Amino acid sequence: MKTPVSSILLVFVASLIGSFGAVFLKLGAEKLRYGLRHLISLQAAFGVALFLLSSVFFALGIKHGQLSVLYPMVSLSYVWALVWSRLFFRELLTKQKFIALGMILFGIALIAGSR
Amino acid sequence: MISPASSLPQPQHRPFTRMQSIVLVFICTILGAAAQVLMKTGVNGMDHLNLMRVATNIPLMSGYCLYGVNTLLLMLALRDGELSMLYPIIALTFVWVTMLSAYFFGEPLSLGKIAGIMVIVGGVTVMGRASAKP
Repeated sequence: MKTPVSSILLVFVASLIGSFGAVFLKLGAEKLRYGLRHLISLQAAFGVALFLLSSVFFALGIKHGQLSVLYPMVSLSYVWALVWSRLFFRELLTKQKFIALGMILFGIALIAGSR
Repeated sequence: MISPASSLPQPQHRPFTRMQSIVLVFICTILGAAAQVLMKTGVNGMDHLNLMRVATNIPLMSGYCLYGVNTLLLMLALRDGELSMLYPIIALTFVWVTMLSAYFFGEPLSLGKIAGIMVIVGGVTVMGRASAKP
């Protein structure tokens, strides 16, 4: 029961799309400070749409291969979140965050190597 | 006259206690893992995908719904809790999914997988500490 590379790529794309969804939800959430009527903003709607699109890629991705290999790839979303927070929200990238990023990537590599 | 302090948004809810946040996040990890198993069960039974088959696939749709509910619960739990404490608990989802995949789908538990999961849980724990408010 080998996990095809195409499945890994689909889950990879799903995590990337989902991370952009989170960026837009964050932009939508920032509008909330101007009142609850901003709960439904263009940004939030786009964020939810990206999440839905991401879940389609994820479902296609887990169709073939092992869930125990593919699901841990979801932890890539932590990596994306860190990169986008730095790029789009100018959040600080500390040494600790770098270490965390390295560990997550190493863990994914270990699992991908054992597929 | 409105003072600047009173025009700041005030929390509209009673915050969760530390224990309530921990328990809620823990429940979320189990729901999240169950959602993954349901989704995998759903797509496993499909030979080709089209919208009608997806919409009428009960395990897949229940997996999606559970995943949605889980996401909302998780947002609620994370609202008040400390990330440094809650992130390592969230990472338990990876452990549950690996165990449930072995149980339900007979996927092998290799050394590489177990080590990889442990390193990822460690990484997410460090991430939680790094993201904690000073």
